[in-house]
Amino acid sequence: MRDLVNFKNVVVVSGNFPILTGIDFEAGPGEVVLVKGRNGAGKTSFLRAVAGLLRIARGSASVLGVDLVSNPADARHRVGLLGHDSFLYEELTARENVSFVLRATRSDTARVESSLAAVGLAGRLSELKVAVMSAGQRKKVALAALMAREPELWLLDEPHASLDSWTRDVLDSALIAAVANGSTVLVASHEPDHGALIPTRTVEIGGGKVINDVRESGSEDGAPSTKLGTGNVA
Amino acid sequence: MWRDALLIAGKDLRIELRSKVTFNQILPFGFIVLIVFAFALDTSPDTLQMVAPGLFWLAVLISSILGVDRAIAIETHDNASDGLLVYGVDPGGIFLGKVASVFVQLFLLEIVLTIAMIVLYGPKIGGWPLVTISAVFATLGISAAGVLYSQLASSSKAKQTLLPLLLVPVASPVLLAATKSWQDAFAGSAWLVDPWLRLLIVFAVVYLALGTVFYNSILEG
Repeated sequence: MRDLVNFKNVVVVSGNFPILTGIDFEAGPGEVVLVKGRNGAGKTSFLRAVAGLLRIARGSASVLGVDLVSNPADARHRVGLLGHDSFLYEELTARENVSFVLRATRSDTARVESSLAAVGLAGRLSELKVAVMSAGQRKKVALAALMAREPELWLLDEPHASLDSWTRDVLDSALIAAVANGSTVLVASHEPDHGALIPTRTVEIGGGKVINDVRESGSEDGAPSTKLGTGNVA
Repeated sequence: MWRDALLIAGKDLRIELRSKVTFNQILPFGFIVLIVFAFALDTSPDTLQMVAPGLFWLAVLISSILGVDRAIAIETHDNASDGLLVYGVDPGGIFLGKVASVFVQLFLLEIVLTIAMIVLYGPKIGGWPLVTISAVFATLGISAAGVLYSQLASSSKAKQTLLPLLLVPVASPVLLAATKSWQDAFAGSAWLVDPWLRLLIVFAVVYLALGTVFYNSILEG
């Protein structure tokens, strides 16, 4: 199976401090990888490194077949990152933000309305400026943009935080559909309940490196799980 | 790159239209600078008319610091600049788009400040073509250098104080050349032969080129 993410002994340094200290990790198409770890273990840094937002100081890293060390920009636009920052502009409305993302990524702008409707922000709510929205609504806008983009690699950092249970289900359904279409999902989360999203692997990060990599039972072949229900991988 | 530049410029101008920072804060600031200079120097009409171009461009340069700082602050809030990188927006396009947005805002500011200068200082302007074309290239130069250095300063903890320290010395040739060019224009000079205009053009072209090439390195840190 071709690896969509392939990290070998990757070191990332912030200032003089190594935040990733030799990550070895690979993931293929259709995998759902749960990234666990304590606060400060390096989960967010790992996802940002996979997104090509952190400079690789040592080791080799490729994402979607693109070498991140020499040419991170070529991989970024194929990656969707939903993290602690929503990358939204407060003075723009929800619709304008999603439309901007789709035009920036050269995606189909016809998906703006449907993606906003999917997260419950259709009609009048889509005309609200992000500045007046709650944290949960902002996350919904970011999620709508991500869903409309349909990236090949989804990087989600605490994706369920601030979301109501209905939107969590929407997110899980979108991820399940994406995985079924061959996308790969990396989810960093502290939460034991991941709803309908059943990881095929659980990777634990500690001290900036992978300290445990467990393939979930029933997923030996790496096939995506599309089973609906409550999964518990803690 | 040009498509991305248009996208960024349109987005930034829309944000400015909504927030009205240029209208509500930067314009009054530039206006106050002109008034304060008028009171501080002299009330003699002859003196004010003589120094009017210099005071005008000093007011524009000081006001531009607020404008370019705002242009970059839009992207630092909520880490939107990381979003632009993830979306695959061309860094050269980001730079040119921001320059275009700042240029439009500064040029509108200059139109209003020019009217204020004429009312407050009473200079007799002879060569409008030179005034206009000098203003275009001076504004382009200030916008390009401003966006470049504002992005450089944005990663610093002391960005609020670092930007003026970087931009004012770098933009001083623009201040000098625009002042001299306007003095020539006020004296009725033909714009094609003005040497100061050439300096403004060179400065603008150099900083547009530098920004387009190096903005990626600055953005990536």
